[in-house]
Amino acid sequence: MDDFLIRAALGGIGMALIAAPLGCFVVWQRMAYFGETIAHSGLLGVAFGLLVSINPTVGVFLAAVMVTFGLRAVERTTYLAKDTALGLLAHVVLALGLIVTSQFQSLQVDLMGILFGDILAISNLDLFMVGGGILAIWGLVAWLWQDLLALSIDRELALAEGVHVGRVDFLFSLAIAGTIALSMKLVGLMLVTAMLIIPAAAAMGVSRTPEQMVVYTGFISCLSVICGLLASLYIDIPTGPAIVVSMAFFFLLTSFVKR
Amino acid sequence: MSEIIEEQAVTTTDKSQTSSHSPLLIEATSIGFKRDGRWILRGIDFSISAGEIVTLIGPNGGGKTTFARICLGVFQADEGQLKRANNLSIGYVPQRLKLDRTLPLTVRRFLTVRQKVSKEDLLNVLEEVGSAHLLNTQMASLSGGEMQRVLLARALVNKPHLLVLDEPAQGVDFAGEAALYDLISNIRTNFGCAVLLISHDLHIVMGSSDRVLCLNGHVCCAGVPEQISHHPEYERLFGPERAQTYGIYAHSHDHSHTLSGDMVGHDCSKDHDHSAQDEVNNTASHNRDTDQ
Repeated sequence: MDDFLIRAALGGIGMALIAAPLGCFVVWQRMAYFGETIAHSGLLGVAFGLLVSINPTVGVFLAAVMVTFGLRAVERTTYLAKDTALGLLAHVVLALGLIVTSQFQSLQVDLMGILFGDILAISNLDLFMVGGGILAIWGLVAWLWQDLLALSIDRELALAEGVHVGRVDFLFSLAIAGTIALSMKLVGLMLVTAMLIIPAAAAMGVSRTPEQMVVYTGFISCLSVICGLLASLYIDIPTGPAIVVSMAFFFLLTSFVKR
Repeated sequence: MSEIIEEQAVTTTDKSQTSSHSPLLIEATSIGFKRDGRWILRGIDFSISAGEIVTLIGPNGGGKTTFARICLGVFQADEGQLKRANNLSIGYVPQRLKLDRTLPLTVRRFLTVRQKVSKEDLLNVLEEVGSAHLLNTQMASLSGGEMQRVLLARALVNKPHLLVLDEPAQGVDFAGEAALYDLISNIRTNFGCAVLLISHDLHIVMGSSDRVLCLNGHVCCAGVPEQISHHPEYERLFGPERAQTYGIYAHSHDHSHTLSGDMVGHDCSKDHDHSAQDEVNNTASHNRDTDQ
């Protein structure tokens, strides 16, 4: 097997493992559109990274954190419903990203790669970052597991029982931002939310405990990445979309199984 | 306000006497809470002692839940003082759980999130609320009444000094409500905890309440519920075995609030002129005027 294929497989599986626990919380806390909004900032993040010549993944992470703060500011100062606030931010940052990339032709942004992923271009550095991401995000989730679970069950009850809701929310947003920054290479910003929600939705039908659901989600994610890679290798279809379609296939499959 | 308590306490001496020497768990002095520049609550004096059952009533939007959240420490009061006993542990039963159906969770797991509980304690608490058979049931498949009991169990797991319940009988039928009130009364006896109960009914309250507080932006009145057995018509209505469960609360307001039954649920009280209010309420009524 070629080097780039091994890197792609390793990177893809690593990203799947990062996304699994967070994806469950995104589904439980109904935050899919939050992930979507952060993903929309990806283009701006890449452009920003290239402009100040830092790693694009770091650029995306910074843009994502900025959006998280922006969302808080919008929620605090206006009476907008959450989905409106998210929609506002998502499209403004996407528009800004498009403007910046159009103004700096010299940046040579690979728009298709950003939008739909370019897993075969994963570098060794990317692999290291994914490795670091696994450690950081799994560490964070393990540390906050009980609090995050309490928040997913009922925010008000968690608040009354003394969970530091603000702090947990903030760290969780950072984790989502990091995950999306890392997963962009895999499926691109248009499809990155799928990485978070589809495997979790598929695992839901067959899980009896939250921990079980995280494990199944990770399993389905990894399987989907491998299926997608093989599909793109043998029948020559784009990898990112192939991964997403594989996830959807598993979702259909588990929908017929009753827990 | 304090006059009313004493005045009514004379008529039902046996009840409130028991708690008068117990240590104070929460003492609130002229609590005010503002949201969006409007006072939701103002000038609230309140206290609850160990083992005492206090029922909080009042129209929707009157600030009952807000006040309970201030007691819980979820909201910070904008004025006044809230003293809580050292290491006060509070068990909270929310109106309902916003648990998303996508989160697979057994009752057992729900009871042990963020708290270490031995299996024995778990079963004890579940048995106390009559739900031991639900231990391995998925939360999503519980009925309304079962959910209420499981929420109660969760609140009890840490053996709280104070149990705060936000309209626990909402969405439960009459028989369910009566059973719940009996259960809460038993829990007070068995666990020795104080109970702060928010109730949706303005006149029929839990019979074992030591005190009733009517809240509508301010404390409208406070007192002790009368036993149903003093009211033959009510007793006939409820049946003799239920007469102990409920109590009648007679409001004695020194100012005008329409308290007709049909006002409940429709919060028209805020449009009304509060002509004869004490000074505390003048500030509150000012905000009501600007609100409209």
